This record gives sequence, C-alpha cells and structure tokens, in this order.
Amino acid sequence: MNLALKDIRHGLFRFILTCFGLGLLMTVVLAMIGIYNGLVSDALAVVKAPAVDMWVVESGTQGPFAEASSIPADTRDAVARMPGVAEAGAINYQTVEATHGGKTLRLYVIGYETGRPGGPLRIAEGRAIGTSHFELVADRKTGLTPGDTIRLGRNRFTVVGLVEGAMNSGGDPAVFMTLSDAMGLQTELSPADQRVQAARGANPVKSASVAAIIVRVKPGADVDLLTATLRQWKHLSALTQADQETILLASVVDKARRQIGLFLGILLSVSAVVIALIIYTMTMEKLKQIATLKLIGAPDRTIIGLIVQQALLLGMSGWGIGLALILLVKDNFPRRVVLEPFNAMVLAGIIVVVCLAASALGVRAAMKVDPATALGS
Amino acid sequence: MALGDLLVDVAGVAKHFGEGETRVDALRSVDLQVHAGEVIALLGPSGSGKTTLLNIIGCILAPSAGRVALDGETVFDGKWLRGDLRRLRLEKIGFIFQAHNLLPFLTAEENVSVVLDLAGKSPAEGRARSRELLDYLEVGHRAPVKPALLSGGEAQRVAIARALANRPRIILADEPTAALDSKRAQLVMDLLRKLAVEQEACIITVTHDEKIFDRFDRLIHLRDGRLSDD
Repeated sequence: MNLALKDIRHGLFRFILTCFGLGLLMTVVLAMIGIYNGLVSDALAVVKAPAVDMWVVESGTQGPFAEASSIPADTRDAVARMPGVAEAGAINYQTVEATHGGKTLRLYVIGYETGRPGGPLRIAEGRAIGTSHFELVADRKTGLTPGDTIRLGRNRFTVVGLVEGAMNSGGDPAVFMTLSDAMGLQTELSPADQRVQAARGANPVKSASVAAIIVRVKPGADVDLLTATLRQWKHLSALTQADQETILLASVVDKARRQIGLFLGILLSVSAVVIALIIYTMTMEKLKQIATLKLIGAPDRTIIGLIVQQALLLGMSGWGIGLALILLVKDNFPRRVVLEPFNAMVLAGIIVVVCLAASALGVRAAMKVDPATALGS
Repeated sequence: MALGDLLVDVAGVAKHFGEGETRVDALRSVDLQVHAGEVIALLGPSGSGKTTLLNIIGCILAPSAGRVALDGETVFDGKWLRGDLRRLRLEKIGFIFQAHNLLPFLTAEENVSVVLDLAGKSPAEGRARSRELLDYLEVGHRAPVKPALLSGGEAQRVAIARALANRPRIILADEPTAALDSKRAQLVMDLLRKLAVEQEACIITVTHDEKIFDRFDRLIHLRDGRLSDD
C-alpha cells in the first residue's frame, strides 16, 4: 500500500494547487536561465553571424562592439591583399529607431558589402539583397515581412528577405543593408540641414569610414600571425574571432550577465527555501498520523517513504509544470529565452537535491515523534 | 473463571521522570498479571500513572526498573530485550485510542488492512481480513468510506477492527468510550469483551467512564504510582 499516493489522492486539489504554485516558481527560474542563456547567445550572435576569422578595427580600440571604431573603408583593399587572406569586407553597425505600422522599432543596422563577408548567411524567407540601394533583409523579430517598406533616415527601404536569430547584445533585432546605404544613413543630412550647410558655404559631411574590416583567411593560414602583422600597422588593430567573443562576454554583457546570474542564484535559493518549507509543513501536519503509524508498528522506512515520495512527487510535478509553462510562453518574452535540455536537466537535479534535503528535515521531525502522542489521553 | 494464558506479566515495574528535586515517581514497584479472556480497567485520578503503565505495557516507554513479559516473552528486564519494538507492537499488541486516530487518507477498509500490509501480508489477504473484521463489527457496509464520513461509533468500531487486524493477544485501549454516548459505550465494551473471549486476548483499558465499570472483570486502581485491585 503506497501511503504517499493515498495521502496525495486524499488532498488532491491542495496538492495540485501546491504543485502549480511551485510550477510557477519553476517557470520563473527557467525563464531566468533562458534569459541568461539568451543574453550570452544574443551577444555572440552578432559576432558569430559573419563567420569570419579576424576583425580589423581602429587602433587602440576593442571595437566595434565594445567601443566605437572607425577606419577608412579602403582599408579593406589593403587587408584583402595580405597573404593568407581569402576574403575581406567592410562592415558598419549602428542602432536606429524607425516607425512601422504605428509602432516604434529599434533596429540594429548592419551595413555590409554584397558579395563579401558580413551579410546574412542564411535567408529564412524571401531573398538576399539584390540591388545597390534601398533594400534590406530583416530579422523576423522586427515584425517586418517581405514586401514591407520602412523609412530609415531620409530613405524608404523595401524588405526583401527575412533572417532568424540576428540581433545585437541588447536584443535589438538586426536589419542588413548595403554598406553604402548604411554609411548614407549614418552621415546624410536632412534637406533642411543640407540647405543650412550650403548657405554657410560648408561641404556636407561625407565620411568614408567603416566600423571594421572582417576577414576570412585561407585554409591553413596562421590567423595569429596575420593578426600580429596587422597590429604592426599603427592606425589599425586586429582581433581574432575568439578575442572578439571574449571581449563581448567580458565587457559588453558582463554586468548584465552577472546581474542575471546573481538574480538566478537568489531565485534558486528562494525556490529551495519555498520547497523546503512546503515539504516541512506537509510533514508537520501529519505528525499525529505518523505517531499513529509508529504506534501500530510501521517501520521507519514506511514513514521515510511517505515523506520522501511526496517531496519528490511535489518537486518533479512543479518542475514539469514549470517546464511546460516556459515552453509555452518563452516566445512571448521581449528578449530571447534560450533553454537547452541540459539546463532543464540540471534544474531537475537541483530540485531532487532540494527535495531530499527538505525531506531530511521532515524525516528528522518525524523520527522524533513519540508514538505515545497518538494515544492522546 | 478458569484463567487463560498469562499474556501480560508486569513485575516490580517502576518509572520516574526527572532527577533530584524535580524527580516524579509515576509508578512504584507495580505488579500486574493479565490473562487471556480478561477485560480489566485501569482507574485513577489524573497523574496517577495509568497512561504511564499503559505505555510501558505497549512498549512505548521504558520502565526505570522491573520486568515486563508479553505473551510469554520477556521483553524488558532492566533493558529492552527486543531491538525492534515497533515489530513487537505489530505482532503482539493492538491499540484503541480515545480519538479513533484513523488515518484520514485511507478508507475504513484500508485503515484495517494497513496493519496487515505492514506485517507483510498480501493485499488480498489484507482485504479479506479487513472485510471479515468490519463485517464482524457491523461496519462492513462502510468499508469504502473515509473516516471523515463515519459516525463516531462507526469510526471507533473501525479502530477496533484495526487493533484486531493482526490478531494481537494484548489489546490496550485508552478511553475507548470517551467520545461515545452511553448506549454506544456499552455496545463497544460488550464487543471488546466478546473479542477477548473469542480470540483469547486480554484487554487493558484506561477509563474514567463509570457507566461501563460493570463490563470489566477487574478494576485496578492506581494512586500515586501504586496499584490496588478492587
């Protein structure tokens, strides 16, 4: 006779309610884990997107993500001619706000040279940019669809394709456009400003600088040697792909990552206390019954089984509900929630440990119960 | 009346709590023998040591001195001679409580069969024995009902069935009729007497209920930790 299941069935509504409450708590824990993963994943997504080996940036900077970097666009030709370089492309990054369908969109604009590294690797819907101007490929999270037009700066762009998972470390979805459009977006003045500048006799500002040159090396080429060589150029600095990823995680998203990590730790601790409290309370409510069981001859293993089985059932039900809920709602979060099976398994392990530890408290109380208390005279 | 087997043999049992100035002598050299078929009552004012004696016979409380033998087996002689007292209780003793103390999450039938389950009997055997006892105690029709839906008398009869489930020869009852009206109290005591005779068991009852004094073979008074037979 399984006393744990009989007891659960007796107070089924209460047990389900408790599991649901615990499930909601687990949903929050899993959401935090997912947001933490998403933050790291998003931060790396923009660096990994061009699939390059080396980043050439302004000397003395760790650009273009950790700090501003500006180098002449024609640096690309010089870099492309270096031995070991397979492909090089100039790239530009900027964040803009635009209005579409009555909503304000915050977009991360990536300007790249078509036919060179830096563009979207895989188009999920529609096509890649095919003309020199006023076309863009947007991340699906922007809400844009192929055929939509959107005004950016002074020009209206047509969405020709969609990509997935392209965003900056802040979670702003990316749009890809040609480098010349991106540079124009960055530097072109409004007509009124142009007239003021013309009246003053000044030339309109027209910068031909880009944020970085990205490089793919030939198979077998020594990236470290190439990086070291480029660093000797006084106006440039070079970072390997690994350097760039390290900089992003160590500086750009480090505080946010630690903040979420700390919050996750607190949340896990709170969950552990809540689980322990629920299980302990459940046991304390049963002390008279446990005394009766002891009096009629129930061995310790029966009483321990009653407590531990209920604790594990409660914990695992809460975990299951939490997992189901987060899988249902994760796509509605404003930031990307990335949950790996490994994360869910680790949380399950933690819950098992917490349940067992909480059960130990309950078991300790149960073992101390004097069977004579059941006599009650 | 011819005496049956000696089921409870308490010799020179003493129990004190605390030491020095705080020492309280709950029992002082108590001797008590109860035979199969006997139904006895332990009487006495509050604090006289009734429950202490019941707990010692029930192997819940260790005496400070003396010897206790149950159903021919010496279980305490200066120390417990059996390591597993719960098993001992399961095998030899049935308890009936003032409040029936049925497990609220089990049905009437399961409350009885749980004892057999703990004793290692098969579920089928447990069910059959439970049904037999509940029918015998005229609550068979309430077998699938949870304790919360049983009347006080029904719950007490289920509790009696539980106490008898493993065929113990020693039944300890602590105020078994306290929660019952006069008529039901008489019925319960008649039932216990019938069981004592039919199952060759002894029944030791702590009670204050004067209405049922005539249902006992012996009334044993406890005063300041000492026994006196009526």
